[in-house]
Amino acid sequence: MSDELVVEGLCAGYNDLGVLHNVAFSVPHGSVAAIVGANGAGKSTLLSTIAGLIPSSAGRIAFKGRDITRENADALPGLGLALVPEGGRLFPFMTVEENLQLGAYSPHARSGMAARIREVTAAFPVLTERRDQLAGKLSGGERQMCAIARALMCRPSLLLLDEPSVGLSPLMAEKVLEIVAGLARDEGLSVLIVEQRVTEVLEIADEAHILDHGCIVRSGRAQQFLADRSIQEAYMGL
Amino acid sequence: MAEFLNILAIGLLLGGIYALVSVGLNLIFGVIRVVNFAQGEFVMLGMYGAFAAQTALRLDPYLAPVLVVPALFLLGCAVYWVLLRPLQGEPMMQVFATFGLLMVLENSVLAVTRGVSFSVGSVLSDTTIAIGPVQMPLARIIVLAAATVVAAGLGWWLRATMPGKAIRAVAQDRKAARLMGIPVERMYMVTFGVGAALAGLAGCLLSPLYSMSPQIGMNFIMPAFAVVVLGGLGSVRGAYVGGFIVGLTEALAGFYLDPALKHAVLFMVFIAVLIIRPSGLFGVAGAEEVGLREQS
Repeated sequence: MSDELVVEGLCAGYNDLGVLHNVAFSVPHGSVAAIVGANGAGKSTLLSTIAGLIPSSAGRIAFKGRDITRENADALPGLGLALVPEGGRLFPFMTVEENLQLGAYSPHARSGMAARIREVTAAFPVLTERRDQLAGKLSGGERQMCAIARALMCRPSLLLLDEPSVGLSPLMAEKVLEIVAGLARDEGLSVLIVEQRVTEVLEIADEAHILDHGCIVRSGRAQQFLADRSIQEAYMGL
Repeated sequence: MAEFLNILAIGLLLGGIYALVSVGLNLIFGVIRVVNFAQGEFVMLGMYGAFAAQTALRLDPYLAPVLVVPALFLLGCAVYWVLLRPLQGEPMMQVFATFGLLMVLENSVLAVTRGVSFSVGSVLSDTTIAIGPVQMPLARIIVLAAATVVAAGLGWWLRATMPGKAIRAVAQDRKAARLMGIPVERMYMVTFGVGAALAGLAGCLLSPLYSMSPQIGMNFIMPAFAVVVLGGLGSVRGAYVGGFIVGLTEALAGFYLDPALKHAVLFMVFIAVLIIRPSGLFGVAGAEEVGLREQS
């Protein structure tokens, strides 16, 4: 299986504060990879760096074999890489439909936008009902679904998800993670997910990487991590 | 009754002028979050542009926008890219930079014109339309019509087109907009260019009404700030309606109370509106926080 994303020796941070140190891992095509770790381990910084929002100070990021280390964030949806940031960051004074349309802003995604909205909302039927509602008025779960649907509008091959279940009830969180797993399984989408609900995310992931103080300390099959009590106690707070 | 209707018409027509000048100012503030002190100078440049077009090309000032509006758009884009973009993340410095630009533009025009005032005429400037007892100069009706078309057109463009939606998205959350593939800096540049172009249009249409001088922009920018805050920061509809509130207040207070009191009354209305609705008449409560959210 070829790699959708390869990260090698990545270092990044904020001003003089280094957060990521020599991070290396890969995401095979069509798989779900989870990044787990304690609060402040650098998980969100890692996704933001891959998505071009934070510049890296060293290392390399390759997406579908192409070096994207120095690409601007606004260029990446056009290449097929989409990030769903923590909290969704919908445009609150725009309708659900307008949010979805903006997800297809990249030139390659604009043709057939109406059809794409139908495809995407098929996975999230509630969004069809809320189509004309302001995104700021959605419930937490609906907001997260809308954010994922918006990211799918650019027809990505790699979806980065930052804490998709944050602020959701356990039931809703499970539903969102099920949808994510379904997207990878049915549409061949590669997914890199950062999540606090460790057990739930390991259940849907193929591979997992443990991030600790900005370094990847363990990588392996997600099921193997689920079964290894010592790893869970040492790194996952379980 | 005829007297009252005439004062009402004067207020509405004055409101049209304020609305036309304020729409661009409000667009720039709503999207880029910069209070552009030089907006009045863009109006002034539009007026001088109409004068230049008439002098050099014998172009009627109502046809001058064909040349002046694109020129001001390009100037606005250049000003954003050269002056404001390097100060991104320093909002106070951006405001001071626009004040510096105001001085540069005003003094440059003063140096070129040596303080001599100019005026332009149009075949339409002396025409007056009478509706019953109300007399209305055609030149002012044209400004009112232009303000209406500009506010409606800009509102439609922002609501219905992809570039318009992208500009609204950038105004609401710059980081999320980048994740959609929207080139944020380019959107800011286009917005500033459109704001400057609208000021240029206002300048052309106002040129037959006013004798122009390098300081004339100040006459428009002070009421425009009142209009923008009254109507709601960032709201095109607010700028349009706010223009009429300011125009009508000035006209009615100036006639029925005392001309010297018209600004005092205007700012009493201004304070009253802000006490009742701090976000302005059409501002969305909370929109400020969205626009000013941490934008890393």
